[in-house]
Amino acid sequence: MLHYALKRLLSLILSLAAASLMIFLVVEVAPGDPASFMLGVNAQADTVAALKAELGLDQSKPARYLAWVAGMLGGDFGTSYTYRTPVAGMIADRLWVSLPLALYALTLSTLIAFPAGLYAAARRGKPGDMAVIGATQLGVAVPNFWFAMMLVVIFAINLRWFSAGGFPGWDAGLWAGFHALTLPAIALALPQAAILTRVMRSALLDILGEDFIRTARAKGLSRRQALWRHGVRNALIPVLTIIGLQFSFLLAGAIIIEQVFYLPGLGRLVFQAISSRDLIVVESVVMLLVFAVISVNFLVDLTYALVDPRLRSRT
Amino acid sequence: MTRNLILGGTLSVLVLLAATASYLWTPFDHTAMNIPAKLQTPNAQHWLGTDHFGRDLMSMIMVGARTSIAVALVAVGIGMGAGVPLGLAAAARKGSWPDEMIMRGNDLIFAFPSLVIAILITAVLGAGAVNAIIAIGIFNIPVFARVTRGAALSLWEREFILAARVAGKGAARISAEHILPNVMNLLIVQGTIQFSLGILAEAGLSYVGLGAQPPTPSWGRMLADAQTMVSFAPHLALVPGMAIILTVLGLNLLGDGLRDHFDPKLRVARA
Repeated sequence: MLHYALKRLLSLILSLAAASLMIFLVVEVAPGDPASFMLGVNAQADTVAALKAELGLDQSKPARYLAWVAGMLGGDFGTSYTYRTPVAGMIADRLWVSLPLALYALTLSTLIAFPAGLYAAARRGKPGDMAVIGATQLGVAVPNFWFAMMLVVIFAINLRWFSAGGFPGWDAGLWAGFHALTLPAIALALPQAAILTRVMRSALLDILGEDFIRTARAKGLSRRQALWRHGVRNALIPVLTIIGLQFSFLLAGAIIIEQVFYLPGLGRLVFQAISSRDLIVVESVVMLLVFAVISVNFLVDLTYALVDPRLRSRT
Repeated sequence: MTRNLILGGTLSVLVLLAATASYLWTPFDHTAMNIPAKLQTPNAQHWLGTDHFGRDLMSMIMVGARTSIAVALVAVGIGMGAGVPLGLAAAARKGSWPDEMIMRGNDLIFAFPSLVIAILITAVLGAGAVNAIIAIGIFNIPVFARVTRGAALSLWEREFILAARVAGKGAARISAEHILPNVMNLLIVQGTIQFSLGILAEAGLSYVGLGAQPPTPSWGRMLADAQTMVSFAPHLALVPGMAIILTVLGLNLLGDGLRDHFDPKLRVARA
């Protein structure tokens, strides 16, 4: 197990190095130079040169890449071209909205999907199963930002249970914060819950056709007991894969949902940075999202090995 | 023929027909503004109503269908074309360095959610439908590679593959003749999910202004335009929203129906 974990950790580090190089190179291709963009077309050449030196843009590319990576390892993401404040601070402020939103949505999605998938699989072909399938078909088809708009119309504008947008900040209290994130989290979670329910149901049904389930049934277990004792654990592998994938969908999806609810999260930061060509902010936010996803995949891989010991010896 | 196949097929064909027909005919010119007729709810003249410029929503939906279908279809093509062979190759040599290379390379792309890729591409190259296709398509590659490899790995442990190896078949031939047909079921399901996700992703990207740019019509941008008016003109959001939902629902039902229809195991189970 330790050998497996170390091997995965090594590939995690290599992936992060490769990803950072890829992001840096892609952003380097971007036409235009931030210093000239910030100072406008009428700027003097020496002013531009001075600003370039101040931003560190006059150094060679490898030197800038190494400085960027070394800075990030120490928690320094550089200075925003537009706001002249540390990028790390800007990201940290926004992360306190985006991360809780994604985790809130992931929790909701899992809480809905597990019982729904189990319920449907245990009642294959019966009306309960059909109802769950119908609901998931609809859930998968609904764009989350459209669903978010409908939630606003119903629960904010008509019923006035929630605010239509904005975020009071965690200083206003935990309850106020979660209250403001509830509609966005529901909007994010429902389509993902539909996907997860389908995966859970079909994974369980696949397992139910296996020989060891037949053996368990032959030994006297009821269909439901066999499902609980032997089905769920075996169905966890595909389900975990999807939950791992969903984290990236949710983080990225949060970026769009934040636009609907005017939440001051990473999404707003990125779109503002794109429009002002504040590339160092774009670069850093993308790197952070990628870091989050790679780390989650690493954790999913480790969890696989815990859930299914066969995978440890195989890889 | 199952109910899913008929319902899904009908919905998909209707959307395809609407998109194709829009090249020849739409009820109105989808760009023509008519301010006196603005914000009309569905009526005899404007079947789906009009927007804040008095443009006919039905015509805009029909033309917008082209963008959605084209972007999603090409993106799934990119994902399957590259992802399935990669997944098969990785499974055939599991644990070897090509497997590691393929899967870590895939992990790397996978670590960039499509929207993040789109943001990066937009920041560098600017927004547009082609960049949206690239962003969604690249993201589809590791999805198909992972699904293929995951399913193929367990198949390689099965007796019938052992029999094929004993019979002297090579890894490539086994992958093509025995593994691929057995993972097809999963790939169809994944393909429909990715196609519907492609339609949804395109709408999402257009909604935040990173997808198709004006004057190319798109369902996502119609929703973005509707957002500030949704409290007094909800049909502006309902119409494009329903277009997206019905299209995605149709495609998903079609995929499910096709899977049931083609998979002999399911046919036996049903019989």
